[in-house]
Amino acid sequence: MATVELTNVSKSYGNVEVLRDINLSLEKGEFVVFVGPSGCGKSTLLRMIAGLEDISGGELRIDGKPMNDVLPAQRGIAMVFQSYALYPHMTVFENMAFGLEQARLSKPEIEARVREASKMLQIEALLDRKPKQLSGGQRQRVAIGRAITRDPRVFLFDEPLSNLDAALRVDTRLEIAGLGERLPDTTMIYVTHDQVEAMTLADRIVVLNGGIVEQVGTPMELYEKPASQFVAGFIGSPRMNFLTGPPAKAHGAAVYGIRPEHIALSRESGDWTGRVVLTERLGSDTFVHVDVEAVGAVNVRIEGRSEIHGGDTVHLTPDPASVHLFDNRGRPLAG
Amino acid sequence: MSANPVKSRLSRNRTRSAWLFLLPMLVTLFVVAAWPLGRTVWFSFTDASLDMMSEARWVGIRNYLEYVDFGGGEGQYYGLLADARWWRSVWNTVLFAVVSVSFETVFGLIIALVLNQQFRGRGLVRAAVLIPWAIPTIVSARMWAWMLHDQFGIINDMLQGLGLIAEPIAWTASPDTAMIAVLIVDIWKTTPFMALLILAGLQMVPGDIYEAAKLDGIPAWRVFRKVTLPLIMPAVLVAVVFRALDALRVFDIVYVLTPNTDATRTMSVYARENLFDYDQFAYGSAASTLLFLIIALITITFIMATRMDLEGKRS
Amino acid sequence: MKPPVWQTVGFYALVAIIVLQAVFPFYYAILTSLEDGQALFEVNYLPKALDLANYRAMLTGGVFGKQILNSVFVATVVVILSLCLAVTAAFALSRIRFRGRGLLLLTVLSVSMFPQIAVLSGLFEVIRFLGLFNSLWSLVFSYMIFTLPFTVWVLTTFMRNLPVEIEEAAIMDGASSLTIIRRVFLPLMWPAMVTTGLLAFIHAWNEFLFALTFMSTDSQRTVPVAIALISGRSEFEIPWGNIMAASVIVTLPLVALVLVFQRKIVSGLTAGAVKG
Repeated sequence: MATVELTNVSKSYGNVEVLRDINLSLEKGEFVVFVGPSGCGKSTLLRMIAGLEDISGGELRIDGKPMNDVLPAQRGIAMVFQSYALYPHMTVFENMAFGLEQARLSKPEIEARVREASKMLQIEALLDRKPKQLSGGQRQRVAIGRAITRDPRVFLFDEPLSNLDAALRVDTRLEIAGLGERLPDTTMIYVTHDQVEAMTLADRIVVLNGGIVEQVGTPMELYEKPASQFVAGFIGSPRMNFLTGPPAKAHGAAVYGIRPEHIALSRESGDWTGRVVLTERLGSDTFVHVDVEAVGAVNVRIEGRSEIHGGDTVHLTPDPASVHLFDNRGRPLAG
Repeated sequence: MSANPVKSRLSRNRTRSAWLFLLPMLVTLFVVAAWPLGRTVWFSFTDASLDMMSEARWVGIRNYLEYVDFGGGEGQYYGLLADARWWRSVWNTVLFAVVSVSFETVFGLIIALVLNQQFRGRGLVRAAVLIPWAIPTIVSARMWAWMLHDQFGIINDMLQGLGLIAEPIAWTASPDTAMIAVLIVDIWKTTPFMALLILAGLQMVPGDIYEAAKLDGIPAWRVFRKVTLPLIMPAVLVAVVFRALDALRVFDIVYVLTPNTDATRTMSVYARENLFDYDQFAYGSAASTLLFLIIALITITFIMATRMDLEGKRS
Repeated sequence: MKPPVWQTVGFYALVAIIVLQAVFPFYYAILTSLEDGQALFEVNYLPKALDLANYRAMLTGGVFGKQILNSVFVATVVVILSLCLAVTAAFALSRIRFRGRGLLLLTVLSVSMFPQIAVLSGLFEVIRFLGLFNSLWSLVFSYMIFTLPFTVWVLTTFMRNLPVEIEEAAIMDGASSLTIIRRVFLPLMWPAMVTTGLLAFIHAWNEFLFALTFMSTDSQRTVPVAIALISGRSEFEIPWGNIMAASVIVTLPLVALVLVFQRKIVSGLTAGAVKG
């Protein structure tokens, strides 16, 4: 059964329409990631589900009930903010208890719920501290803990990792993934501009661009069958190569797309011949940037280390089964 | 599409709260500001007196200007606009405002520049500078009245000791020096305020500008004129206008330091005299109204000219 | 590179002049207040006597003690009332988007520019109508005209800079606007409240025109009026010693406050004025 349902939802500020005709249906317990470049409307959409933004048109339902006109606190949702938004003058315990107090729960009940959530997140030792005395990662946990105590049906995350440093980001990401498993009945909606976060966390990804939904699907669906050139370029790292020259014309397409990992590189022979411009060595992988005459710049990914250097001449062979073809409007062509 | 209102309950709740929250303030401001102002203007067109406010009758613009015909081609103008004492007090007020604000700006700028330097004891100096500002206007007026006393005053003593004057000066009593006395006290008392506002402007000038100018070998005076001054100009301008509006309504200092003299009577003093001392309530109200119009005009001009950022959109 | 010696000397001379002119009049008032009788009529630069007679005369003789209490009462109530009214108003003006907000802010600002004399006759009528003439409440009431716009203005500027997400978190937690103010914003705002409260207090403590006009008996007067009205039977009998003692008594607490809260006051003043 769907917990969150959006029907023809739109949002405009004055005459500017920032979201158009959004139709989505999220299953109970699903982990859904909204991803897209900045300004695509993903945060606005999340805030509309939260109730912090008015819904200009269309309908939002949670557990089958219309929610457009319901106060945020009564929607059965909880939200983790980008800046954590902990109340600076309250202790961790008070931060987690504040929402429950507003809901007029009894003291022992509040106590029990806070204990339970803090145990789950291993922040029991921090309950008497103020947010100022916590590290970034700890604040993040408290923010999540505050959301958990509300026992929400839907859990909203607004770019929760963007204020953490790179090392902590990976740990926290794993923890959030674990959270999804520990709360199997809770629907998670997670907003990010980082496609790696989207790919690793999501059951399903919603790609937004310019105020419309480009594609909805599992990470692998998006990777293997992107519904548009935009999605093809946005999902996957390094980015898919888009070639407009002879390879595209040969297939009767405007754009010929091939991912760097789907090109075989050889010193002896191949479909295309080019000169290496630059190699980036990551240890586990090597990215080789090749300038192919009449085709353009092509990025190739090779597993492991490679002895190829700038200036070398190499031969490339794209895997025909992994070619994506698009028309001049960015729509995929069957092929 | 369903008939959902575009504004959600949260938005409606918040808008309703906004007006509920504003209501007490708006009611208060109406009762203490808008209504009394309206009544003042109304009184200025009536024959109201202190004891007969409720029976005040409309008399048109008689309090402002009236031509009384004596017959036989003889006649005379009466009313505020024909009153030489009123125009004298307008002149006094303008003179006071221009001179005091000019000196306060220059002195304020000097003090701000000093306080903007790094030196030992800066905190103490800043605290000392604030003292005149903290002293109630009435107290400073009386303190200075004592210091400017013609016989026992320390100012005369100093000036005589330095050989600058031969005879003691009756600072506050003599019409020639009364305005100077008022100006001295006001400048002394208000310069700290000016200095603080300008200092705030100075501290917003990024330090690396000075570093860059130093590296380029530009002399300090030129740096001040070409870099610092243009950058702090907006802050100075705001401070000047605030002070000027304040100076135009000056009352306390004049009333206490130099009572009852044509040499220093300002518009506010003139208005209050008529309202409560001479029992010319309507006439005094007319003077109040004119003063209000002058200040309103300046304020509006200022807000238009600077297009003040009221909603904090730029911040 | 060290600046030349004359520059350093000149700079410190300037500093000395600035400090001296600022401090001397108050110093001289203290000095005078400690002199009595004949000593008063000799010009002294350094303290010669330490006679508390003037203070004793002021504090025991008449109604000056009562007048101090009047001032304390009026200023305190004014501060409390205007802060209460201003906090909610500032929340609405800084945090809630609604039509007419810009106009309202403009109104508040323009009221703070009102010359007091312009409302004097109208206010006099209102106060007589309410039966508040010669009552301290008339001052509490009328002082709102300058403390309220000022506190609203400063608190609005301050609240505007509080993070939006904290408020949104509170909304998600189910807090009403009033709860957000009380439980979330107020604890974060006490520095701004102290500053504005202090400035409003000083303003109310120093006010003269209304206090002079709306009070008719000595025992109801506030200290500025009391000090302004101390006089002798003739020009030559003005009790300067008493006046200076009274001046020192009402000023010392203010100077102390200003010195203690120096930083807060400076930030409050500039927040109130430099917003162009």
